[in-house]
Amino acid sequence: MARLTYAQAIREAHAQLLAEDPRVFLIGQGVRNPWYAGTSLQDLDKEFGRERIIDSPVSENASTGAAIGAAITGMRPIVFHPRMDFMLLAADPIINQAANWSYLFAGQVSVPVVIRAVINRGGEQGAQHSQAMHALFAHVPGLKVVMPSTPHDAKGLLIAAVRDGNPVLYIDDRWLYELDGEVPEALYEVPIGSAAVRRSGKDVTVVATSYMAAEATKAVETLTQRGIDVELIDLRSVKPWDRNLVYSSVGKTGRLVIADAAWMSGGIAAEIAASVVGEIFHALKAPIARVCLPDAPAPTSVVLEQAYYVGAEDIVASVEKVLV
Amino acid sequence: MTVQKTRVVSLPNEQMLSFFRGMLRIRRAEERIGELVQSREVRTPCHLSIGQEAIPVGICAALKPADTVWGGHRSHGHYLAKGGDLNAMMAEVFGKATGCARGRGGSMHLVAPAQGVFGTVPLVAATIPLAVGAGLSAKLQGTGQVAVAFFGDGATDEGHFHESLNLAALYRLPVLFVCENNLYSTHLTLKERRVKDNIVESATLHGMAGVVLDGNDVVAVYQAAQQAVHRAETGEGPTLLECRTYRWRGHVGPAADLEVGEDRRRELDEWRRRDPIEQCRDLLSAGGLSAARLAEVSAEATEEIEAAVRFARQSPDPDESQLLHHVYAARSGC
Ligand SMILES: Cc1ncc(C[n+]2csc(CCOP(=O)(O)OP(=O)(O)O)c2C)c(N)n1
Ligand SMILES: [Mg+2]
Repeated sequence: MARLTYAQAIREAHAQLLAEDPRVFLIGQGVRNPWYAGTSLQDLDKEFGRERIIDSPVSENASTGAAIGAAITGMRPIVFHPRMDFMLLAADPIINQAANWSYLFAGQVSVPVVIRAVINRGGEQGAQHSQAMHALFAHVPGLKVVMPSTPHDAKGLLIAAVRDGNPVLYIDDRWLYELDGEVPEALYEVPIGSAAVRRSGKDVTVVATSYMAAEATKAVETLTQRGIDVELIDLRSVKPWDRNLVYSSVGKTGRLVIADAAWMSGGIAAEIAASVVGEIFHALKAPIARVCLPDAPAPTSVVLEQAYYVGAEDIVASVEKVLV
Repeated sequence: MTVQKTRVVSLPNEQMLSFFRGMLRIRRAEERIGELVQSREVRTPCHLSIGQEAIPVGICAALKPADTVWGGHRSHGHYLAKGGDLNAMMAEVFGKATGCARGRGGSMHLVAPAQGVFGTVPLVAATIPLAVGAGLSAKLQGTGQVAVAFFGDGATDEGHFHESLNLAALYRLPVLFVCENNLYSTHLTLKERRVKDNIVESATLHGMAGVVLDGNDVVAVYQAAQQAVHRAETGEGPTLLECRTYRWRGHVGPAADLEVGEDRRRELDEWRRRDPIEQCRDLLSAGGLSAARLAEVSAEATEEIEAAVRFARQSPDPDESQLLHHVYAARSGC
């Protein structure tokens, strides 16, 4: 087992998938450029050639549509969008096409495509370079949406996504790229739809997605020192999400905080909260708390960014609130 | 496409001096911003248009105050040339409350509605259809306004560009499509993104006027813009102006990005010899303007930029309590 950063783990998954399966190829704007991809795609073009590592024109709609067409006809493309914001130009191929085709044609046609979108916020980049819109895509039947928070899962979920046979949105966060951890050398899958218990506890369940899972790990340290025994669940997949694990945890603790660094209204946290209330209402000992972004676009000024983004401290505060 | 050798003609000294001043302001402002990025006093991503100043200055000189311009990530020049306030831009780059977007936008989101700059935003090609809409609005309201879409060669990779040209041509809208073709989209050359170097031909395909210009010749840009504005104002519809130019700095920030392209260093040397500002200065000298007067104008530009930096530094940060203001506009009287 090697220690890799999150970005290196993504690269390793790509490299191994490309080596293993000639149907896999990569297409997107900026795949060769570290400004866009960090080290997560570094030198893949040198290793696998520019026929399979396609740094496309600024044509998100056509590139994504083309990947979908290639997927339908036997390839296993990975599409790269260096910011999720840019991916919106490909809303039609993703939402109208990829998501629908299996159902629409009664399973005779499938769309085994992975669409990777990077959340790249902060750094005074502002409203159009910072958005975390996983909930928008999780809303759509036919799409799967995964959001790894560790190097181990970054690799395993990409492999599972490529092999899944369905359109999978793979969403990674630049704020996690330097995080390091143990990553097995083998090609392995982290099953889509399964969450991970990062810490068992009995007082309160914290369910966190992506970057907030890393923040929750810090929050847990503080809370442990204060004598609060947190059960921390890293959701990993937001569509489908691991209901059973969340229900059984909340069944045990009776308290739930959901941390998702995206807008609160209509978000993943709302979906989880509604499901918990609907399915295991009687287990709840306190109202559910959500730690999300305010319903506003991302500002640029660092002062406003600090007020806007949520982190470990907000999780600590919410946990303490549901424990009163 | 080989870039034609520039044969710059001159206009009266007064006009030339105004071009010179306009370009120099943009250059100095961006050089200063580059330094501030380097020293990390400025953190917002800044895309510098150094080397390309003749395009915004030449185009905007042909516009009326009420005409509108629309830009992208590299729009300091568009904003300044159309009359946007320098202090407000500098403060925005610093993320201050006195910024043109009150610190919500940074370098990539400039705005000056009173000057016809309704917004510049970094999603490539996003404002091209908006400019078409401004043209439609002007036509429906009979205001006589012209709308200018400024965008790069990279933006022509997007469907937005092609759809917008067609719409504007179809409805004969008063729009100037100004492609600042600096031969790169981030790290990729034009050649890596299209088979032919023929952006201007999109105009022919859509049945509208199209011209290729030396984008480093401010007079050529100005004169072509005048003709395009005339067409727009007389109901002849849109024009595509492909302005050939080159950015001296990298895609983002002050560095030169020497690692991209085939021979960027040689290209840079070549294009630096075609500096739009130096060419304009030569014409002014040839026209009899004294070296002392030129030095004076140059010193004024530097002082104006320094004053803007002082203004930005002294300005307050935005107040956190404003974080959720303006998500929705107030209901306006109709
Ligand atoms: C829709 C979208 N896709 C990708 C990007 C990333 N991006 C920012 S600027 C840029 C290059 C644009 O090149 P060009 O239009 O030629 O303008 P230039 O930077 O050369 O001025 C790209 C690809 C973006 N901002 N928006
Ligand atoms: Mg360009």
